[in-house]
Amino acid sequence: MKAIKITTPLTENIILNLKTGDEVLISGTIYTARDQAHYRLVKLLEENKPLPFDLEGQIIYYVGPTPEKPGEIIGSAGPTTSYRMDKYAPLLMEKGLKGMIGKGKRSVDVKESIKKYKALYFGAIGGAGALISKAIKSNKVIAYEDLLSEAVRRLTVEDFPAIVVNDVYGGDLYEDGRRKYENKYNNIK
Amino acid sequence: MRVIASEEISNAVKNLIINSSVNLPEDTYKSLQMASEKEISESGKTVLNQLLLNAGIAKTELKPLCQDTGLAVFFVEIGKDVAIADKNLTDAINDGTRMGYSEGFLRKSTCDPISRKNIGDNTPAIIHYDITNGDKIKIMYAAKGGGSENMSRLKMMRPSDGKEGVIDFVLETMKEAGPNPCPPNIVGVGIGGNFERSAIIAKKALFRKLGQINNDFELAEMENIIFEKINNIGTGPMGFGGICTVLGVHIIKEPCHIASFPVAVNIECHSHRHSEIII
Repeated sequence: MKAIKITTPLTENIILNLKTGDEVLISGTIYTARDQAHYRLVKLLEENKPLPFDLEGQIIYYVGPTPEKPGEIIGSAGPTTSYRMDKYAPLLMEKGLKGMIGKGKRSVDVKESIKKYKALYFGAIGGAGALISKAIKSNKVIAYEDLLSEAVRRLTVEDFPAIVVNDVYGGDLYEDGRRKYENKYNNIK
Repeated sequence: MRVIASEEISNAVKNLIINSSVNLPEDTYKSLQMASEKEISESGKTVLNQLLLNAGIAKTELKPLCQDTGLAVFFVEIGKDVAIADKNLTDAINDGTRMGYSEGFLRKSTCDPISRKNIGDNTPAIIHYDITNGDKIKIMYAAKGGGSENMSRLKMMRPSDGKEGVIDFVLETMKEAGPNPCPPNIVGVGIGGNFERSAIIAKKALFRKLGQINNDFELAEMENIIFEKINNIGTGPMGFGGICTVLGVHIIKEPCHIASFPVAVNIECHSHRHSEIII
């Protein structure tokens, strides 16, 4: 399958045209946040305080990279497991977030919010941090430096490889994929 | 009594950590290669090929295979005729851990469990000791990622649950885990001991080389049954669907109480970083 090139911020047109299983190459600006950064972002929203970046149309990448060596743009930077952000994701989508990149299953609540607020959940390849880092062209910590790897970073990416897991139509790649290959191992023996 | 300088231990630990972060062990690489040949799902095959490519980049560019460079887990066998000068062994290993994660530009992932504040140097390492004969120290290291560890489970089963109960529990654990622990996985199963021993031997089972057959015929048979059943779940590489969900199932058993039947399932990701040194 040929990958579809998309650029951020994500427009409704881009989102509605993408379906579960579509391979994409993402270019533009994306933001990083994982456990503790999500906790702080949601706390700010609950207190009606401004966020360190505007969520409108943006993608958050669930990643905590290794420290960059001198001369490197970023260290190893693959996705972390997404369900830990499930508690926070619906509110972020309500406030304008349009995309999330991570790995692993999402909760019913998150999948419902993806449909309701017209957003996308992309899967990246976990454990391919060295390879994925090649798609990252700039990296700047913009908030929560004290969180070390968990700080919020603004990244510029070029052809960042991902696959649509959950789309606005209720599709779920993990469910489809598993069903398709259930009990198929016996056949090849 | 042989005496080793603590610095020698710390340096060896540092090197184990740095090398492991960028070099996928040969058994794992070969196992991923075999999986990519066997996988019938297109996206599964793509994932496996990307993982092989990632291993090549990590090795040549000395860039960590995965950003989760793990908690540092050690199994240490200490001969009864060897002693460490100037420091205790735990401090020497933690010194090496601190140096390895700092000098190797690896991620520091230890934090306070309640405040979630990062400790800052990836200590304390998790260390399990065994006393053996001789005057050597064997240090086995694994960089254990959080994603796969989080999907691991322990159950105090009933003796009447038997072998079938164990098989069902492992299978249920892997079904529930689905795409989360970065499949294809390696599954360590600890049967027996008590509550904490079952978990420790499940972790230890992960250190056996992939492809190496269990010496215990009955356990080897169970491993084969579980291996097939997991690969029939359909999860596949990264959960995108496929027939390669597990690269190996490794079981260790130990005697337990007549009333108990503890079973622990420790899941390991495909970035299976393990290495050892004998000093």
